Amino acid sequence: MLVADPRTAAAWRLLRQEIAEAAPERRRELLRQRANQSRAADLHMIGRAGLGHVGGDMSVLDILTTLFFGVLRVDPEHPEWADRDRFVLSKGHTAGALYSTLAAAGFFPQEELATFAAPLSALNGHPNRVKVPGVETNTGPLGHGLPVSVGMAVAGRLAGSERHVFVVLGDGELQEGSNWEAAMTAGHRRLANLTAIVDRNRLQQGARTEETSALDPLDDKFRAFGWDVHVVDGHDHLELLNVFTAPRGERPTCVIANTIKGRGVSFMEDRVEWHHKVPSSEQISLATVELAR
Amino acid sequence: MSAPVQETFDCRVAFADELIALARLDERIVAVCNDSVGSSNLVGFATEFPDRLINVGIAEQDMVGVGAGLALSGYIPFVCGASPFLTGRALEQIKADVAYSQSPVVLCGMSPGMAYGELGPTHHSIEDLSWLRAIAGLGIVVPADPSETRAAVRWAAAAATPVFLRVGRFKVPAVTGDLPFTFGTASTLRDGTDVTVVATGTMVSRALQAAEEAAGQGVSIRVLNMSTIAPLDEEAIRAAVRETRGIVTAEEATTTGGLGAAVASVVVSSPAPVRMRMLGVHREFAPTGNTEFLLEHFGLTAADIRAAAVELAHG
Repeated sequence: MLVADPRTAAAWRLLRQEIAEAAPERRRELLRQRANQSRAADLHMIGRAGLGHVGGDMSVLDILTTLFFGVLRVDPEHPEWADRDRFVLSKGHTAGALYSTLAAAGFFPQEELATFAAPLSALNGHPNRVKVPGVETNTGPLGHGLPVSVGMAVAGRLAGSERHVFVVLGDGELQEGSNWEAAMTAGHRRLANLTAIVDRNRLQQGARTEETSALDPLDDKFRAFGWDVHVVDGHDHLELLNVFTAPRGERPTCVIANTIKGRGVSFMEDRVEWHHKVPSSEQISLATVELAR
Repeated sequence: MSAPVQETFDCRVAFADELIALARLDERIVAVCNDSVGSSNLVGFATEFPDRLINVGIAEQDMVGVGAGLALSGYIPFVCGASPFLTGRALEQIKADVAYSQSPVVLCGMSPGMAYGELGPTHHSIEDLSWLRAIAGLGIVVPADPSETRAAVRWAAAAATPVFLRVGRFKVPAVTGDLPFTFGTASTLRDGTDVTVVATGTMVSRALQAAEEAAGQGVSIRVLNMSTIAPLDEEAIRAAVRETRGIVTAEEATTTGGLGAAVASVVVSSPAPVRMRMLGVHREFAPTGNTEFLLEHFGLTAADIRAAAVELAHG
């Protein structure tokens, strides 16, 4: 099991405080910069490893950054704190995005990112809770995160805890039936302590979701299953922050975050081939320049 | 005068009694089920602990995932469903959410083997031991009678490790007496010098009967109750290889990858392997019939076990 990096964790605490106290536009800018730093770290990681899921990493990073730098009640130096909020990345193939975010928050040293996918690294192609602090359950096969998160929400309610469960789902993975079993359970049990965020980038591995097995109207689907649904711009940190921290009703919350696969790197945006293509070192340099703007 | 009829028991009763007794003492114990409140014998639990029974409806993948989420949050979930659906439908959840994630869920496969008789192969669970044995880090326990079922439930609640418990519906006599249940250890229910019968679950009482009858033919049979299928008690198998001339395995399951295959892999790697006979279902779907008929059909009676053992003893 990797261990926390206290220096980075301290910096994370300071940045969180600065973000919390900043005026809205400044808050958005701080989160945007932080997310783009994680994007750059992730691209270098993927370049070194020669593998990764770059498109989905880029689409989900604003969501992850907003959660870890503005929302989640977690402590990187005490990752097993019982009353922490739970975060589950159901789309486990975007582990690179999660690793770069966790490292930036000090859950483990940032130097570890260089080992991504190397033999015997803790940072496997899909996240492993036994090896990586901040990972709550092992994901990878699609359609697993939501049922486990429902169990965590049931547990939080049984324990009388205030903790909240956040789970990020890929849109393509909503084609897995297990999600709808769990959506039904959450709606039926009115699990108000559960928020599911759909990274709605509209692309799956081989094609557009709507050309493969259409998901729309996705908001109506979740509503019909008993959820409160919000549709937001998944790259607008302020919108994300507001929806994640808004007073909650008596039902589980679904946030459909409209995103762009490959977001932040012009030549990757909304292009299906960047699902898991590996950028060349020239492309990484170009992307790094774009992300530094 | 005919012999007195032996009393037999549905192990689900002992399972539920013990679970309720434990739940009274430990509020971390919860039950999760797939509409199987009745068939998993959880009515009593539901009545006494309505908030601690999480019935997700007919949704096994959800059921196992929810169990994992509870386990990862400090609860001790007993996830109960008919074994064919729990293990077949939710196999990937068992692999990824439970075993690989090391979430201490107690998976309770109810009414396994061919307990659902006439309902047919869709409702039989003869593959469970085989496919679960392939999953790293998952303990597999098959109690032989009510007493061992209770002991296994107590052990599983405290084990803090992923485990599959195969809870029988087909009625069996009490066979383990006062012998303790020790996870990972076979118990010798009868010692013998010619042949060893390694049996599990419903086959244990039949193995004992076979040994009794074989003694009349001058064949001495050792009976091992292999109530833990994974990890296997390899030392007990190696001792049987050293001390007896042959091994018969008996399981209400497919021999493709189940107990027989597990024992065979130890036998063949022994310095001086002995001959074996594997009794079970040989990669076939069952015809129509009740459980007793099917056990007979597939050669899983005491007479079949005795015949296999005697043949090895004389061979």
